[in-house]
Amino acid sequence: MSKIFLVLEREFLTRVRKKSFIIMTILAPLLFAGLMVVPMIIATMDDTKERSIAVIDDSGLFKNKITETEYLKFVYLDGVTVSDIQSTFSESGYYAVLYIGSMVANTPDAVILYSDKQPSMDITSHISSAIKNEIETQKLKTYDIENLDDILKSIKTNVRVRTIKWSKDGEAKESSSELVFGLAYILSFLVYMLIFMFGSQVMRGVIEEKTSRVVEVIVSSVKPFQLMMGKILGIAAVSLLQIVIWLILTFGLVSAAGSIFLDSSKKVVAQKETVTNLMEQAGVAQTVTEAADQPSFANEMMTALSNINFVLIIGGFIFFFIGGYLLYAAMFAAVGSAVDSEADTQQLILPVTIPLILAIVVMVSGLKSLDGSLTFWFSIIPFTSPIIMITRLPYGVPTWELALSAALLVISFVAITWLAAKIYRVGILLYGKKHTWKEMWKWIKYKN
Amino acid sequence: MDILITRNIEKRFSNHLALDDVSIAVPQGTIYGLLGPNGAGKTTLLRIINQITGPDRGEVHCFGRPMQANDIYSIGYLPEERGLYKKMKVGEHAIYLARLKGLSRPEALKRLKFWFEKLEIQGWWNKKIEELSKGMAQKIQFVVTVIHEPKLLIFDEPFSGFDPINANIIKNEIIELKKKGATILFSTHNMGSVEEMCDYITLINKSKNILSGHIDQVRQQYGSNVFELTFKGDLRKVSESLTANYELVSHTEEMGQVKANIKVNEYSTDNRLLNLVIPVAEIIGFRQVIPSMNDIFIQVVQEYNKTHRQS
Repeated sequence: MSKIFLVLEREFLTRVRKKSFIIMTILAPLLFAGLMVVPMIIATMDDTKERSIAVIDDSGLFKNKITETEYLKFVYLDGVTVSDIQSTFSESGYYAVLYIGSMVANTPDAVILYSDKQPSMDITSHISSAIKNEIETQKLKTYDIENLDDILKSIKTNVRVRTIKWSKDGEAKESSSELVFGLAYILSFLVYMLIFMFGSQVMRGVIEEKTSRVVEVIVSSVKPFQLMMGKILGIAAVSLLQIVIWLILTFGLVSAAGSIFLDSSKKVVAQKETVTNLMEQAGVAQTVTEAADQPSFANEMMTALSNINFVLIIGGFIFFFIGGYLLYAAMFAAVGSAVDSEADTQQLILPVTIPLILAIVVMVSGLKSLDGSLTFWFSIIPFTSPIIMITRLPYGVPTWELALSAALLVISFVAITWLAAKIYRVGILLYGKKHTWKEMWKWIKYKN
Repeated sequence: MDILITRNIEKRFSNHLALDDVSIAVPQGTIYGLLGPNGAGKTTLLRIINQITGPDRGEVHCFGRPMQANDIYSIGYLPEERGLYKKMKVGEHAIYLARLKGLSRPEALKRLKFWFEKLEIQGWWNKKIEELSKGMAQKIQFVVTVIHEPKLLIFDEPFSGFDPINANIIKNEIIELKKKGATILFSTHNMGSVEEMCDYITLINKSKNILSGHIDQVRQQYGSNVFELTFKGDLRKVSESLTANYELVSHTEEMGQVKANIKVNEYSTDNRLLNLVIPVAEIIGFRQVIPSMNDIFIQVVQEYNKTHRQS
């Protein structure tokens, strides 16, 4: 055990000190953060195009009360319903339709903005603050001016503008489902890439040890299995460190960029409404502090957040990534042990990578129908489960399925590591020939 | 006492027998040479002794009992194919290998300092392995093999890759290790080093042990009763004086001195030969011709291969 640790330590330290590791660790979060922040900046950039928004006001409180800006005009329509305007929307020339429900004073989400485009954050935050101010003003009027503190407290109101997008076939879709979709897509793709990236690092490491003949020197004092496990675990430690740094840096960069580019009101909206789930998670604290004053909004946010269970998703992501990595790393190590140079790996590596590629294909098609039996089985079978289970996770997975999949993954990684170690043990000491899977199968049956 | 014994070792790879019933016994405190042509099975035997691979049959006894897993801490093994991590620094690498042998970091550092000074390679400590020449890397390999002061040292081709000067340094270090009480088992093609260093040898050919024993006995065994007679005088007179029990094998003549190789058959002795030639020549020297290990190696292997091709 202590020898596995010594090998682990060397693998970890030499990799972490490499320039390529440091560059990757810093550049990747810049890229991630860029992907999140740039749309945010674009969404909040000043728009110079004049837009008119149709207002359907069931409450009757807001006629000509919503403040107009240089580029944003409001047209108040009477006796028209949302469904009336939906059919003729594209010809109407309106940028969006603002629906204000009759109970707007008490139920903040009675305000809905319909459009065939994604309304910019500027517009939604402008509308929400205008309506909020108007309601507060109206409420203030109904009180005596005495006991102002109490009054202010009691009239505190919030308006949340939900954006619902009409697709061409007239279907309405909440933006947040795209959020879950994006989350599933990005995370499962990330697992795929990381398994490939770190798995082939294991393979390259084995080949390097073999071609430089250092392996003979090492196995004179360490069992081949210890050397293999030390390498696999060392690289696992590197990957975990890298992922944690990525998460922290991405968070830091996004919130730093957020506070620089967006003023506070916009930022709150931005954090709650758009772009990333990570950002939503950051918003949790805010939501909780506001919860006392704004029960309905807070409840809604909390239910939305519990639909996206971040503890489960991040925990699941790390578990299935590590499990999948360990499963594949052992196979990558076995392949590395059977060749003399990286160029020889292509043919041997194919059986290892096919399940991974298959998983990605199923992931892309499966995202449309997540309840299908295809995605179910692929999320249970260990070779594809690290990717497909991550795809399903944001949509919610029954506990027994999760437990079954996790247990199968652990069992198969132990079994595969055991088999791979047998191949590895023979392969690392044979030089000068490219070996086939058939020969490797024979090696499994060798004694010692 | 024998520090290392292998009994009837057999190892088969998919389509050939690498070791066939190989037994050797290495006495404590000696230098034991493992000879044999390429591919004879020497490296496989050394790998089995070091528990890198297991034998299909047979057993290894070490330190007076069946070999145990942690015996490798008491063995220093320098493999034939030896390399180092190219990107690591020399000192860091040496410490890593020493720690794998079971030394603590401070202890490893202390002993490495000692050896680096002894071999005058202190300046390499912060160099990267890839900056070293092959011979320089070999020296590092040698140091980390002996760093944990094992009782049994096993070197697979220790002199390959060294220039004569460094080979000599390593040879002297090995002899010094023996003086300090270590037992050394090494494989080699360098017959000169065998004659200079080894107490015992084993010759492995085609997976079999075909010759084992103390080096003096082996050379006596193949001595074939040829004597070298150096004298001043007439070669013709000498050869005429020889009876049927003697045969003049070869001769050379240089500056008035004749060197004649004379074979004595089993019916006579070297003393009787001297009695015959003293009256006819002025004897300067007389000695038994002992074949070099090189000659024995070639002779034994060729004879073995001839007889086994026929069978």
